[in-house]
Amino acid sequence: MNGMVLRLILRRLALAALTLLLVSAGVFFITNLLPGDAAQAALGQAATPETVAALRLQYGLDLPGPLRYARWLGHLLSGNPGISLVNNVPVAQMIGGRLPASLMLAAVTAAVSVPLALLLGIASAMYRGSAFDRVVNVSAVSLVSVPEFLVATVAVMIFAVKLRWLSALSHSADAATLGAFIKSYAMPVMTLCCVIVAQMTRMTRAAVIDQLRSSYAEMALLKGVRRTRIVLRHALPNAIGPIANAVALSLSYLLGGVIIVESIFNYPGIATLMIDAVSTRDMPLVQACSMIFCAGYLLLVLTADVLAIVSNPRLKTR
Amino acid sequence: MKALHDSARAEATTAAASAATKKPRRHSTMAWIGMGIVGFWLLMAIIGPTISPYDATAIVDVDVFSGMSRKFLLGSDYLGRDMLSRILFGTRATIGLALAATLLASIIGTAIALFAAFSGGWRDAVISRALDALISIPSKMFALMMVATFGSSMWLLVMTAAITYMPGAYRIARSLAVNVQAMEYVQAARARGEGVWYIMTMEMLPNMIRPVLADFGLRFVYVVLLLSGLSFLSLGVQPPDADWGSLVRENISGLGEGALAVIMPALAIASLTIGVNLLIDNLRGKRAAKE
Repeated sequence: MNGMVLRLILRRLALAALTLLLVSAGVFFITNLLPGDAAQAALGQAATPETVAALRLQYGLDLPGPLRYARWLGHLLSGNPGISLVNNVPVAQMIGGRLPASLMLAAVTAAVSVPLALLLGIASAMYRGSAFDRVVNVSAVSLVSVPEFLVATVAVMIFAVKLRWLSALSHSADAATLGAFIKSYAMPVMTLCCVIVAQMTRMTRAAVIDQLRSSYAEMALLKGVRRTRIVLRHALPNAIGPIANAVALSLSYLLGGVIIVESIFNYPGIATLMIDAVSTRDMPLVQACSMIFCAGYLLLVLTADVLAIVSNPRLKTR
Repeated sequence: MKALHDSARAEATTAAASAATKKPRRHSTMAWIGMGIVGFWLLMAIIGPTISPYDATAIVDVDVFSGMSRKFLLGSDYLGRDMLSRILFGTRATIGLALAATLLASIIGTAIALFAAFSGGWRDAVISRALDALISIPSKMFALMMVATFGSSMWLLVMTAAITYMPGAYRIARSLAVNVQAMEYVQAARARGEGVWYIMTMEMLPNMIRPVLADFGLRFVYVVLLLSGLSFLSLGVQPPDADWGSLVRENISGLGEGALAVIMPALAIASLTIGVNLLIDNLRGKRAAKE
């Protein structure tokens, strides 16, 4: 790695840190815009003005906005995002109980969808214009423009109601045997995969085809090299960068999809926690969950950018 | 997420263009199908409630989650209400809210883009950076935070969706406007001493209106998906009003028995979004074939 690449990556990292700071300010101020405050919400309408005032003091709500933001950010960074307004449990504890389940779901989905999407994308680029390519393309476009809960309900209809292979609801995050593990994860993972695989396949296909249009691929074709060899030996190594970029970007879609999927299958993850927090207006929990999602999203986008920089051969020759 | 959509869309445009040069005829039929679907739902949004067979809120069937029958064409829901009437009733909320939000997002985004491209310099840089920062909050997260803070009244949902998708509309329109404003006719208009408003509306806008309209259609699809997603989480349109997303949510208990009431509103959303996509992609393809 030379200085040029290193400088670009460092600049990207600094930019990401700055963006995260801006996002945290955005999260804090959006969730604090209303005049009605946390102390009043926690105590209810019947509370006397004195108790509300006391609690306001305890929460630090009497301080000016920017100062409260600084305190909130400091607590967040030291791993203490506050106490839930609804059940008085530390937010960190609530999230700690749910986060592993969500990460597990994301990991399993990634492990299934990435190889599948690469295979489909490369194959459809290799047989570009064939019936196979067209089928893959049309299904990918339709899957992207359809709500996740349609994919989920259709999956339940087919595999739980008609075929009776799986149960409609996913309950356990701790499955003892491999069979039970597959059974409890199959439905949510399948639904999430459908959308992500569609995105990733399209981007992989585009990356490989982009390389196939280049003059070195034409040269190989004129030399009489077989199509498979052109794709696998010539185009693919050069498409690795764009593909890695596409994988990271598509995985960031997981963050949106997981909200719907956890809700429909009653999965005990962090997204269901956040939805509950939104409907009960448990602001500290909403803020902490939003920050986790935004940070995860920025991390994936950052990874995509860094991969694109690292894999760009033009930067290496300088 | 939005960046992803944008890149996927750019790719779809080139794919449509290259496909259209080969087979222009098949694609125009696809455009007609898309137009038919979109036209049908728009009509239903206007006249739906007047032609529905039952009152959407009346319990008319003794059986819950019944299947298709002559009396109840799409079966009944979890309370025994007629599903066809429920869906027709929900069309207005689904399409109306999404249309209002998309109009706001596109008009404001395009207006800011025209201003930024026309002024250039530091104004352009500041506006672009600020809206980029807004994009780095995932759209569903932003919507959830807004609902947590302000509740989910109709106008708040429209505002939220409009703010969420405005930066994307801005990005597309700005890149178009930057190209257009370097054209000779804009320079000529500047040299003639025309006013800013005249140049933006009479010289620049007409020359970028078609891609902006295509983008409007795609943005409409994202807004429909976002709003129905929120309603599905029961954080969007609140009872007694209902859009298609809330219809899926209220009947979710029938999922285990494979109830029609769950799948039909979801299919309605899918038909609308796929219809819009078909229409836009193939209209674009036709134009690319002509050029």
